[in-house]
Amino acid sequence: MKKITFTSVLSQLLLLFFVVAWIVPTFGLFISSLRDKDVLAISGWWTSFTTTEINEIYRTEGKDVQIKEGNYYFIKSNLFDGGQEKKIFRFGITSKNIDEFKVGETALFKDQTEIIVFENGDYVWKSKEEFKKKKGKRIFVSAKSPPSFTLDNYKEVLLKEGLGQAFLNTLAVALPATLIPLIICSYFAYALTWMKFYGRDILLATIIASLVVPLQMCLIPVLTIYNDFGALFGVSAKSFPGIWMAHTGFGLASTTFLLWNFLKTLPSEMIEAARVDGATHYDTFIKIVVPLSIPSFASIFILQFLWVWNDLLVGLVFLDKHPSEIILTAKLKELLGSRGENWEILTTGAFVSMTVPLFIFFSLQRYFIRGLVAGSIKG
Amino acid sequence: MSIFSLAITVLIGVLFFVAFFHFSNFLLDYFRVRASKKFALENSIRVIIFTAPAFIVLFVFILYPVFETIRLSFYDKIGENFVGLYNYSWAIKDPDFKRSIINNLGWLIVVPTMSTFFGLVIANLADRVWWGSIAKSIIFMPMAISFVGAGVIWKFMYDYRGPGDQQIGLLNAIAVALGFEPQAWLTIPIWNNLFLMAIMIWIQTGLALVIFSAALRSIPNETLDAARIDGASELKIFWSIIVPYLEQTILVIWTIITILVLKVFDIIYAMTNGQWQTEVLANLMYDWMFRGGGDSGRGSVLAFCILIGVTPILAWNLYRHKQDQKV
Repeated sequence: MKKITFTSVLSQLLLLFFVVAWIVPTFGLFISSLRDKDVLAISGWWTSFTTTEINEIYRTEGKDVQIKEGNYYFIKSNLFDGGQEKKIFRFGITSKNIDEFKVGETALFKDQTEIIVFENGDYVWKSKEEFKKKKGKRIFVSAKSPPSFTLDNYKEVLLKEGLGQAFLNTLAVALPATLIPLIICSYFAYALTWMKFYGRDILLATIIASLVVPLQMCLIPVLTIYNDFGALFGVSAKSFPGIWMAHTGFGLASTTFLLWNFLKTLPSEMIEAARVDGATHYDTFIKIVVPLSIPSFASIFILQFLWVWNDLLVGLVFLDKHPSEIILTAKLKELLGSRGENWEILTTGAFVSMTVPLFIFFSLQRYFIRGLVAGSIKG
Repeated sequence: MSIFSLAITVLIGVLFFVAFFHFSNFLLDYFRVRASKKFALENSIRVIIFTAPAFIVLFVFILYPVFETIRLSFYDKIGENFVGLYNYSWAIKDPDFKRSIINNLGWLIVVPTMSTFFGLVIANLADRVWWGSIAKSIIFMPMAISFVGAGVIWKFMYDYRGPGDQQIGLLNAIAVALGFEPQAWLTIPIWNNLFLMAIMIWIQTGLALVIFSAALRSIPNETLDAARIDGASELKIFWSIIVPYLEQTILVIWTIITILVLKVFDIIYAMTNGQWQTEVLANLMYDWMFRGGGDSGRGSVLAFCILIGVTPILAWNLYRHKQDQKV
């Protein structure tokens, strides 16, 4: 049993501080995506766990719904659109004094009509003469709102803002853009490790040099190639196969390098024995190397998949901004520009884009870390 | 496109490559049986089948573009007329370029330093408490999030409302609670760069953390115990034993994050798009790729500057690779 010392308490507290500082931004985003958009715009997400007091303005109904009872005309209705759990505790009828009356008290307008507002939003507006105006009057209310969460934002974002389609597009980009390099590079890495041919060392050095070449160095010429290709065959320069190959190209060096790093740790006796027995390189690759490499494939798959899923630059350059092609990150950036103040859309959109990475992170964290650590052993 | 047609496209795309390798090798085996045993020829054809697809992709998407970009940097905006060093002299005089270089240097100094430092400290702390692995998971999590997603998360943190209003951004809410004026953080020149860097540090600390955690386990326990028995304080052990022991790892993490920071684009593009003096090379380069119909000359100069930034690391990696091959 360890002693509880000052240092150990201190290190626990320090670590706790880091953990809280790191989780709070994401947590705030998640909570906000579940809040009602009107509340979200006027109060911090940290207030959503307690009952909050909010001031709002509503408008009563106009002359169309009036009824006559005895000598009086009445408009009876509810201020809320329905489905809200707010409780009104004060209300007012002028902007100068927004909480003049308690619920249940009678307020007198200048035109001698009377209104009573109740806790649940019901109101009764009474007048001696017939109501003539189509528009109702403004009512200021102070209400208590219990903690409430909703999935409405998700419905709105996925169906109306086009994020559902963007999600599918991203999937259609990310899966092939991960599998194709994995297929190509596993053969390549096998050749670099177990086949003897002229120029092998230079090829390996080229791969290592390509590892750190910035993406920006390649964008303009590749885009030119795509444009020329598109013009030549009369097809669009921006297409899914185009971006698959671009991602394959930009991820080729790291995928090959990681696989090569793994393959060279396999015992060479095993490969040679198979060769002596008359197996071709293809048989050796399919029957011996691939089954042994599954864990390493998993790590590399996750790294490349997350890279492609989270990429913005390649998606911007090689895909159209049209709804049928746009990927999540590009869509999110577009929303940041056009709906910059609609935090319910931004927070929900961001969380939708994070669902797949977070799912992979929490279910396959071990492989993810293994890939990162393996990749870091060299630069 | 509907889910169905997307799925078909994806399937065809992937199967194409599987089929290529399968049938080319199948054909090779078929003819080998037929045409007696010309072992050398068979071997060279097999090497070509294995390496050609990857090599073609490497050539088209990396090798050729690198040299083409360097060539384009000496040509005009449509890449047709040779203009000598004109694009370079333009860059030196351009205020945005100067701002980008200064900012990139700032990023290079602050982000790798802070991420490495936090990563090292947290790895050490997490090693000695029972809930360390949960803590590590949480701090590592931002690694899975896209830069744009992180941008939204932090833009929300930095959100600004006028002094009288309720703040919905956490940072301003804290500032107000402590009695300060709320600030529009991202629009305060010079300082706003630090707020953008914070996002990158928030993400990359996780990377440093997991790599350090793996490396920490390789420090022999006897060394640490001996130091403790001799009465060394934990802080002293950290600086005099752990840090020197992890020197190599620190260097590796430093270079990974440095490369990443040189290319930083998404965060700037999503948060400020270079406004309020936050411009960086990668964003400026993207801008010139499309500004005014696109200027491939200027864009190429800017890309080339990023390449120059990573060249020392590139050379160092090649040198280390050569050393390893000799062993």
